[in-house]
Amino acid sequence: MTSILTNLFDGVAYGMLLFVLACGLAVTLGLMNFVNLAHGAFAMAGGYVCMVLVNRMGWPFFAALPLAFVSSAAIGIALERTLYRHLYTRSHLDQVLFTIGLTFMSVAAVDYIQGSSRVFINLPAALQGQFDVFGVGIGRYRLMIIVICGLLTIGLQMVLAKTRFGSRLRAAVDDPRAASGLGINVPQVFAFTFAFGCGLAGLGGALSAEILGLDPYFPLKFMIYFLIVVTVGGSSSITGPFLASLLLGIGDVAGKYYVPKMGPFVIYTMMIVILIWRPNGLFGRTAAR
Amino acid sequence: MFERSTFSRTAAAVAIAGLAAVVPAKAEDTVKVGLILPMTGGQASTGKQIENAIKLYMQQKGDTVAGKKVEIILKDDAAIPDKTKTAAQELIVNDKVNFIAGFGVTPAALAAAPLATQAKIPEVVMAAGTSIITERSPYIVRTSFTLAQSSTIIADWAVKNGIKKVATLTSDYAPGNDALNFFKQNFTAGGGEVVEEVKTPLANPDFAPFLQRMKDAKPDAIFVFVPAGQGGNFMKQYAERGLDKAGIKVIGPGDVTDDDLLNNMGDAVLGTVTAHLYSAAHPSQMNKDFVAAYKKAFGNRPGFMAVSGYDGIHLIYEALKKTNGDTDGTKLIEAMKGQKWESPRGPISIDPETRDIVQNIYIRKVEKVDGELYNVEFATFEAVKDLGKTKK
Repeated sequence: MTSILTNLFDGVAYGMLLFVLACGLAVTLGLMNFVNLAHGAFAMAGGYVCMVLVNRMGWPFFAALPLAFVSSAAIGIALERTLYRHLYTRSHLDQVLFTIGLTFMSVAAVDYIQGSSRVFINLPAALQGQFDVFGVGIGRYRLMIIVICGLLTIGLQMVLAKTRFGSRLRAAVDDPRAASGLGINVPQVFAFTFAFGCGLAGLGGALSAEILGLDPYFPLKFMIYFLIVVTVGGSSSITGPFLASLLLGIGDVAGKYYVPKMGPFVIYTMMIVILIWRPNGLFGRTAAR
Repeated sequence: MFERSTFSRTAAAVAIAGLAAVVPAKAEDTVKVGLILPMTGGQASTGKQIENAIKLYMQQKGDTVAGKKVEIILKDDAAIPDKTKTAAQELIVNDKVNFIAGFGVTPAALAAAPLATQAKIPEVVMAAGTSIITERSPYIVRTSFTLAQSSTIIADWAVKNGIKKVATLTSDYAPGNDALNFFKQNFTAGGGEVVEEVKTPLANPDFAPFLQRMKDAKPDAIFVFVPAGQGGNFMKQYAERGLDKAGIKVIGPGDVTDDDLLNNMGDAVLGTVTAHLYSAAHPSQMNKDFVAAYKKAFGNRPGFMAVSGYDGIHLIYEALKKTNGDTDGTKLIEAMKGQKWESPRGPISIDPETRDIVQNIYIRKVEKVDGELYNVEFATFEAVKDLGKTKK
């Protein structure tokens, strides 16, 4: 019984992590209809910024996390203004080719600057280890992930559903022409949204270094996971990818624990089954745009 | 499209051949070593260490041997066998190299094997570690290690040191399976029991569920082999889950505590016992000098890949000395057989029958020395041959 709960806890933490890493992609892919395969590169940037601040400059871990968000968002906005915006109207194939190229460039650049070996972020002692709650092993670091990611999810949902910016964004996505006719600065809304998505990826990158490892190949290694989350969740809302992340995280951990021989395939099997059942993802819009 | 590119490639080849014909004068006095290493991709740290070590050796010993100038031509194969093959072909056909060397992973070393046989030039394997490699061509010689060497030794050590029940966690690819099989063979023969066996996918580094499974199986120790690079993740999550406090030790071949990464792993790694060919803390004077020179030149400590590269280029130098600069491949490979020398890792030799390395395997424990983590050696198994072959 306790091992079931321990696995459930690990699965939730893993799922939350996947969500923070992937939800920026859900925003660009789903809301802005832009295929950004370079998403993982922004996550990696956040991870490395956090590593440099903590390991080399001696910042506390919790102070470096917001900086990871801000720097990835800044890189995001710079690239959006200079490169990405020219591709909004182009075909998906052009977008794929451009962003995958960007990914390879980021891999080479980080490899050149930081070297290819895997790096770790020095965590404060308070985040290391596990404690027991009625026999259930609770990892401190994983608990922190659940708290941070949970709060972020709630915040994100509030922003999208309740605020003026949220409704502007939804309007800009649904019909950019009508929205700009109503006085909404569509390019600005998109730029901001894109940057925010990149920032979330950066934060996710910084948080994931401990669990997934951080090296220059991060964007390529985890691209598949981001895409699975977004495909399974459907890309029209935040709740879809959120529930998909949880489902996949728990499924992945449980699969590896109970059937280690075929563990790695559990996540793919789940994706296939869900997509056969609901081709647009769990919460996908049925009507194509 | 296809015809055009074939044509231009042919044209380029002819042009290069022509160029080579125009400037043949120097070729007589130069020995060329084609070095094929993964300089990019997941195995890049292997390539970098070997390249560094070779540079260091040539700085120390000069770039002429037996009256010939040694020239290194480096090619990056990113550990992809197809690229290795192309690179080897180019080196042999266009650059007319006298040796091919390097090879970060087993498939790369195997891809080049038929070319070494055809061209009759020595292939010096400086990293790849599965047993079969040297059997694929009479021209292959190895200066790194085989996984059988360290995995069987740690199994024997475990049996003798009160470790009865072991859970294994190995990466699901050829070297991982080699490590697992050789370990199991000796461990069960010595009366040990493998209570849990988990193979982890190469791509996914979150060990949490696998480690939880290990913890619930309550073994005396976990036998681990993961590729260099994942060792850090493994050790961190091992500690996070409290396996160290549950009294479950970590044992394995030394890849999991590679010197390259060891310092980053944190104190959880203290006490880990591994069997391996090299530690930066090896107490010989030669190694102290080697580590100091390497640190001075490249800013970090050398790992076992660096020492394999260092010994590889040494073997090439010694073979040339023995043939008096004769670059006939068959004579060179003969000259390499049975070579014996003192390496930073200790005394080593090349088995004349298998052309594989014979070396000491050390049992080491991770300890803190001057504030840094090191694999400190405490027992030595002398002159270990590759058991993958001698068992046949």
